Amino acid sequence: MGRSVILVEDEPNIAEAIRFLLQRDGWRVEVVTDGAAAMGAVLRAAPALVILDLMLPGQSGLDILTSLRGRRETAALPVLMLTAKGQGRDREAAERAGVSRFMTKPFSNSEIRAAVRDLALGGPDAEPAGDR
Amino acid sequence: MTGGKANPSPSLTGAALRARRLALGLKQAEVAAAAGISASYLNLIEHDRRRLAGGALARLALVLDLDPAELHPEPEGLLAEDLRAAAAHAGTLAVGAGDLDRAEDFAARFPGWASVLIGLYRRAEGLERAVEALNDRMTHDPHLSAAVHEVLSAVASVRSTAAILAETEDIDPEWQARFHRNLDQDSARLAEGARALVAWLDSGDQYGAQGMISPLEEVEGWLAARDWQADAPEEGPVDGRSGRPTGGLAGGEDETAGLSTAARVLARTMAARAAADAAALPDPAFGAALTRAGGDPLAVAMAFGAPVLSVFRRIATRPGSGAGLVVCDASGSFTFRKPAEGFALPRFGAGCPLWPLYTVLGRPMQPVAAVVQTAGRGARRFRILAFCEPHYPGGFAGPELREAAMLILAEDPGAPVAGPVLPVGPTCRICPRTGCAARREPSILTEPA
Repeated sequence: MGRSVILVEDEPNIAEAIRFLLQRDGWRVEVVTDGAAAMGAVLRAAPALVILDLMLPGQSGLDILTSLRGRRETAALPVLMLTAKGQGRDREAAERAGVSRFMTKPFSNSEIRAAVRDLALGGPDAEPAGDR
Repeated sequence: MTGGKANPSPSLTGAALRARRLALGLKQAEVAAAAGISASYLNLIEHDRRRLAGGALARLALVLDLDPAELHPEPEGLLAEDLRAAAAHAGTLAVGAGDLDRAEDFAARFPGWASVLIGLYRRAEGLERAVEALNDRMTHDPHLSAAVHEVLSAVASVRSTAAILAETEDIDPEWQARFHRNLDQDSARLAEGARALVAWLDSGDQYGAQGMISPLEEVEGWLAARDWQADAPEEGPVDGRSGRPTGGLAGGEDETAGLSTAARVLARTMAARAAADAAALPDPAFGAALTRAGGDPLAVAMAFGAPVLSVFRRIATRPGSGAGLVVCDASGSFTFRKPAEGFALPRFGAGCPLWPLYTVLGRPMQPVAAVVQTAGRGARRFRILAFCEPHYPGGFAGPELREAAMLILAEDPGAPVAGPVLPVGPTCRICPRTGCAARREPSILTEPA
C-alpha cells in the first residue's frame, strides 16, 4: 500500500478542500469525479485509503464499495464514505456493504483528517511518511 | 415536440429537461437507466442541483433527442440573486457564540466573507433542525431529499473551505484565491438551495396524489417545453362557457401523455382556453391591433369585444414572447404562471402583497398599470398591467367568481423612469427588503429583529 488516497467526489469544491487538507498532511491525493472511473483508479494507484461519496454520477458509492469488497486485492482496503444523506438506511446499507467508516456532511476538517490517519495508518497520532 | 432535435437554446434548465422528458412520455427511471446514471442523480440534474458533464451529458442528450450543446451548463447561473441578497444583509448579523477564537481570526482577515458565512451558517442550522423534524416526510419525498442534499453539500464545502482560510496562516496566494472563489460559488448555491428548501417546506399540503409536484407545476413544465403553446390537445368535447373538458379522459395517446390525470385536465382546460382566445383574437389581425394600440391590452380587448384576460394570455403566450403572466382566483391562489426573466415567482400561492395582481382582485374591471422594481442587487424594473374579471357561472343565483391577472413586461434598464416605482418582491419568506409595510412574515434572507 502506498501513501496515497483516492478521493471519489463529484462536488469539485469539497474535493478541492479535502485534497488541500490531506496534501498538507503529507498524502498524495488523486481526485476522481465519476463513479465509473473509480475502480480503475483504485486498482492503478493501490492507495492506502479510499474516500467515497455516496451519491455519484455513473456509479453510486455503494456500488463502488461492493465492487471493492468483491475483489481480493481491495477487499480489505479502508473505505471512508462521505454523504449528505445521513439517514439510517444509507448508513446500514454502507455497513452491510463493508464500509470502514461513515461520515455525514457537513464534517469538520479535523474530523476528516483524523479519520484518514486512523483508517490508513491505524491510529489517530500516526503520520504519513510522504513529503509535505 | 415530436421527432427531430428540439430547438437550440443557450442551455436547458433542469425544469426544461424535465419537461422534455415528460413530453417524450418517459419516466425518470427509464431515462436515467438509458443514460447510465442513477434516477436520484437525474432528479438532481432536473432540479438544477447537479451539472452535466462528460459521457453522462452525451448519453442524456441522446436519450432525450437533444443536441449535447444545449445541455452545457452556464456557470454564471450559479450566481443566484439570493447570494447577493444574503451578502447585502449579512452586515447586520451578529457574530455567533461558538468557536469564537477562530471566528474572530477569520473575521479579522476576511471580514466580508466572515459576515456572509455567519449568516448562511445560521440559516443552514435552522434548516437542518427543520429537516430533522421532517425526516419522515423527507424519506418519502425525493424532491425534498434532493434539496436537503444540495444544502448539506454546500454547507460541507463552505465549512471546510472557511476553516482552511481561517486556520492556514501560510496559505499560498493561489490557493487562497481559489478558495475565495469556491466560497463565492458555494454561498450562492447555499442561498439558492435554502430558498428551494424553504419553498418546498412551505408547500404544506400541496403534495398531490403522485407525491411529487403539483398538477399546475406539471402543466407549466409541459407548456414551457412547448413554448407555451397549449392549443394542441383536442381530446373530448369542451364546455363552451367554462372551457372545461366535458368528456372523459380515456382515449388514445395525446400530447398530454406523461402528465398525471389532474395535470391532463388542467392542460386540456388551458388548451381549450387558448383555442378560444385564438378564435376571438386571430392573427394577424390581433398583432396589428396590438401594434396600433401601442401594446395596450385594454384597447385591443375593446376593439375585438374580447375579455381583457384573453388579450393578456394572447400577449404572454405568443411564440417567443418574453412577457410573464400570473393569474389567480379570488383566494389569491395561482391558476397560471408564466415566468418573466428576472421576475421571481413563488412556487405556490401567497406572492408579494404589493403586486398589482392583488390590487385589482378587489377592484374588478378597473385596469391598474404600475412600474415595479424587484428586490436585491440584481433588481430590475418591469411594467405591470393588471386586471380582474368577475364571472357568474350560476347567473343571479351566484356565486361571483373573480379571476385576476397581471402581465409582466420587462422595462428597458436604460430608459428613464417617468413616474413612481413600486418596490416589490417574490414572496415575503424569501424577500430581502427591510422596512416593508406589507411584510406578513420574517424573511429567511433578513435577520429577524
